[in-house]
Amino acid sequence: MPAGASGEAVIEGHVTRGGTPVPAGYARLLNDGGEFVAEVPLGDDGGFRFFAAPGTWTVRVLAPGGVNTDQTVTASRGHRTPVEVSI
Amino acid sequence: MSRSDVLVDADWVQAHLDDPGVVLVEVDEDTTAYDKGHIRGAVKIDWKKDLQDPVRRDFVDRHGFEQLLSERGIANDDTVILYGGNNNWFAAYAYWYFKLYGHRDVRLLDGGRKKWELDSREMVTAVPQRPRTSYQATEQDPSLRAKRDEVIAAIGKQNLVDVRSPDEFTGKLLAPAHLPQEQAQRAGHIPTAKNVPWSKAANDDGTFRTDDQLRALYQGDAGLDFGKDTIAYCRIGERSAHTWFVLHELLGLPHVKNYDGSWTEYGSLVGVPIELGEAR
Repeated sequence: MPAGASGEAVIEGHVTRGGTPVPAGYARLLNDGGEFVAEVPLGDDGGFRFFAAPGTWTVRVLAPGGVNTDQTVTASRGHRTPVEVSI
Repeated sequence: MSRSDVLVDADWVQAHLDDPGVVLVEVDEDTTAYDKGHIRGAVKIDWKKDLQDPVRRDFVDRHGFEQLLSERGIANDDTVILYGGNNNWFAAYAYWYFKLYGHRDVRLLDGGRKKWELDSREMVTAVPQRPRTSYQATEQDPSLRAKRDEVIAAIGKQNLVDVRSPDEFTGKLLAPAHLPQEQAQRAGHIPTAKNVPWSKAANDDGTFRTDDQLRALYQGDAGLDFGKDTIAYCRIGERSAHTWFVLHELLGLPHVKNYDGSWTEYGSLVGVPIELGEAR
């Protein structure tokens, strides 16, 4: 079924370092085959959000200093899946 | 043409920041990014407000482009270095646009804004004041831009490269996963198109892969016939400008067009063929 107004599977969260938000960095979304799907710069509060499809995804965080860290999440339609990343 | 004629790295930019004759231009989808911080001396171009006609769905015309560049203080003989967010999508789109209107020396900053930020290089908020110029553009170069009828005629004959994500190609999504889903009436792809997501041409930090890796990707993995003409498309023409840059500027294929109408036009046309699922 084509995606549309019927409710996306939202994946959202924050990146923190020692409890402090990390505003300089990027969150990348990879599908279950490890292929790149989307990327957003982190917000001032270290936040990010993806409108995905139901399934298993990897959130990859890039930040200055060579930070490159992955977290796997499962998203479902019409729900918000929280991801908190500590680097 | 060598890679350095069209692409420069962050060290090159750092070393040439103060050269008279070198103009840095940041092009973003999210134009607040520039306001929060940009490379010293860079001016801003808003891909929508500055480059699109405010009423019709089309580019600003030649006169509009001349006014824009004159107002930004860019001269015909300046070396223009474009960079931006989203792995240079909109910078590549602007690059293609500068070429359409005949700018001689334009290059991309490899990795764009992301690479610059991940390197922790200096960003400033000061907006430079550049004296006005009298920029002269050429007529649009039609050899770089594909229109819809040409795309339909190319089905099964030319290389059609769909550079969207696999989920957009197969019809599961209508837009990239970080954007609300909207726009085209139908999902899917143009029949006979090969799906080579733009992201496969770039590393994690946004820099382009090597020429050998790129050749293997398009010719080997995707099976493109480099002897044929090629049309690249995506959703609104910005990611496909990134792939157009790879095929035409880095790999030097002679006949590559960007279809800027892309899926938001094609997927809303009445009566055209559409395929769902994997490429056949």
